[in-house]
Amino acid sequence: MKRTVFADRWLPYLLVLPQVAVTLVFFFWPAAKSLYLALFKSPPFGGRDIFVGLDNFRELLSSAEYYDSVVNSFVFAGGVTLLSVFGGLAVAALANERIRGLALYRTAVLWPYGIAPAVAGIIFLFIFHPAYGVLPYALSFVTAYEFNWLLKGWVAMALVISATAWTHLGYNIAFYLAGLQAIPRSVLEAAAVDGAGSIRAFTAIVFPLVSPVTFYLIVVNMVFAFFGSFGVIHAVTRGGPGNATEIMVYKLWSDGFIGLNLGSSAAQSVILMAVVIGLTMLQFRFAEKRVTY
Amino acid sequence: MGGLVKLLTLVGTLASLLAAGPAPALAKTEIQFWIGIAGQLAESVETQAKEFNQSQADYEVKVVRKGTYSEALTAAIAAYRQKNPPHIVQVFEVGTQTMLLSGAVYPVFELMQEHGIRIDWDDFIKPVVGYYSKDGKLYSMPYNSSTPILFYNKDAFRKAGLDPEKPPKTWKDLEAAARKLLAAGAAKCGFSTSWPSWIQVENMHATHDQPFATKNNGFGGIEGVELLINREFGEKHIGQLAAWQKDNVFSYGGRTGTSEPKFINGDCAMQFASSALIGGFTRAVKFDWGTAELPHWGPPYRKATSIIGGATLWVLKGRQAAEYRGVARFLEFLAKPEQQMWWHVNTGYLAISNTALRNLEQGYHFVRNPKQYTAFAQLTGLPPTPPAALKGKGAAPKPERVVTPNSQGLRLGNFVQIRDVIESEMENIFAGKKTARQGLDDAVARSNALLKEFAATYKR
Repeated sequence: MKRTVFADRWLPYLLVLPQVAVTLVFFFWPAAKSLYLALFKSPPFGGRDIFVGLDNFRELLSSAEYYDSVVNSFVFAGGVTLLSVFGGLAVAALANERIRGLALYRTAVLWPYGIAPAVAGIIFLFIFHPAYGVLPYALSFVTAYEFNWLLKGWVAMALVISATAWTHLGYNIAFYLAGLQAIPRSVLEAAAVDGAGSIRAFTAIVFPLVSPVTFYLIVVNMVFAFFGSFGVIHAVTRGGPGNATEIMVYKLWSDGFIGLNLGSSAAQSVILMAVVIGLTMLQFRFAEKRVTY
Repeated sequence: MGGLVKLLTLVGTLASLLAAGPAPALAKTEIQFWIGIAGQLAESVETQAKEFNQSQADYEVKVVRKGTYSEALTAAIAAYRQKNPPHIVQVFEVGTQTMLLSGAVYPVFELMQEHGIRIDWDDFIKPVVGYYSKDGKLYSMPYNSSTPILFYNKDAFRKAGLDPEKPPKTWKDLEAAARKLLAAGAAKCGFSTSWPSWIQVENMHATHDQPFATKNNGFGGIEGVELLINREFGEKHIGQLAAWQKDNVFSYGGRTGTSEPKFINGDCAMQFASSALIGGFTRAVKFDWGTAELPHWGPPYRKATSIIGGATLWVLKGRQAAEYRGVARFLEFLAKPEQQMWWHVNTGYLAISNTALRNLEQGYHFVRNPKQYTAFAQLTGLPPTPPAALKGKGAAPKPERVVTPNSQGLRLGNFVQIRDVIESEMENIFAGKKTARQGLDDAVARSNALLKEFAATYKR
């Protein structure tokens, strides 16, 4: 890489200043404040903050519901990542074929990404709600099976996973399409000459060649599922039934903003940050070795 | 991480930007009034504010829609911490304890006293005033109050050979009616319920004179309060609902009001919901329907009055002294009998002063709209038929329900979360994952932890 040398000593600092300032104000300052808040019990209207040391953390770590929310988060994030990354790859592979109406088709597969999570949640509600959804109504004509995720926890989880994965599908498709188009046609043609079928060509050539994209998308989708998936859950299940779809970020929001328990909420955000940093580091440490750039 | 603080800061900044906008040229003092209701109900609030603004020249009440109750409260808290609170914020009944202990409130009785405005609070009906008073003094202005009642589909009743003018009065009757409705194919499910904790736990305990929590349902202090919903009565009622869930006598439809479409589209023949829905149902429901009081389990339990839900108006400290005169005058305006009557007729929320009630009564409002009377009867204990309809048919009506300490309301910290806990455990029970006993025990244990946490936050 080429090193840029600045004539003036202060210019480089000046140039990075906006970025550093934004990071400090919008990331480090709130992060520090969360850490600070996590050590106190404070009434919502403020006034007297009582220093409680690590009590907020201790209470969380001794509460069964909190562990449930951690397990739910991993199930949810794992499900969303698998579904939206590999679903994205599948759709992108199809959209990479030469078919009629390709431009239209390629545009259409990117649409879901333009839909806000909360709106996606509402759309899923209208399709799947046991009381007024279209699908349960249609199902009631053909089967006695009750599609009642208001009481069946795993159905609710499957529903929010699908909804979230769907909203993120377009993003993954865009990256995979770019990745697929970067694969030289000659390599694929050589494989075809050697007698590889389309499945063999995909597993032996295409998949390894898009592995950097896959790795990037797994990291990004994982982080997205842990942090950014609030809207769908809020619109569809609100963490229920029971606590079956209460993931960490939803619990921390509802404890902080509905329950007005700032201390516990801040402690939860600290733990969530630690979990996500840990996961990302693990992925870079182990998974990246299998990536061919 | 830091999302919480970031959001709080953002909300606060936006709020202060909004509030700190330039003052109107014609020095009318602006009164910020933040509400947590939407749609047609919010329009009714805006109409009242507009009428007040036109009635005098000094103050301009500005109604700001802040989303849901929770969002309005969170926004007000953020604004208060930024030292730029709204003058008035609408807070739901479960936030009462948080508001009382916040130290941020200008109590309504004090506000009125200091501005020389006399309102006869004794004229307001007891269950409402009691819920929002501390040591006999009113802390927030009662505004939109309701109580749960039973809605039933008269057409379905007819189809099943049931008398549409005789809704079930006991849970036994209700079960029998539901089974007949199912057998006749008049409905896919007997009944459903909105707000599961408010109606099936809180109000069922109240109307059966059973305590919901220790320390006089929390009115006696915050230290050491514990829930009592896992006793014989709670187990019996919730266990019965779970059993009914299996054969469609009862059909669970989610928290808040998400089950209401089941009644509106005719799937369920009966629905427990807030009396404030009468207005909405009048517009949305296509079949003939009626209202009834909450059913009872009969002896040995006494039949007691129900408790209220809804919201009140809290005045926040931290504004200029002179502005509070306008706040006081606005609240005085809202307390007028004609405003109470208008509010009741337009929204379906209760009119809560006796004068307003008497006027409505004399205008034969309840005779013409008997559905509107059910909630009053149940809250006050009077018989379900409006007195004017009985004119000349004997003596004054005798109370049918007793007023007891258990039917005076609940005052718990972290109540919003407690409701969530109760409802999540109810879901576990209805899904068959836990027995009624296990589920209620877990709900109590988890709620007690929240109550303890609340007491620790507010300990001196």
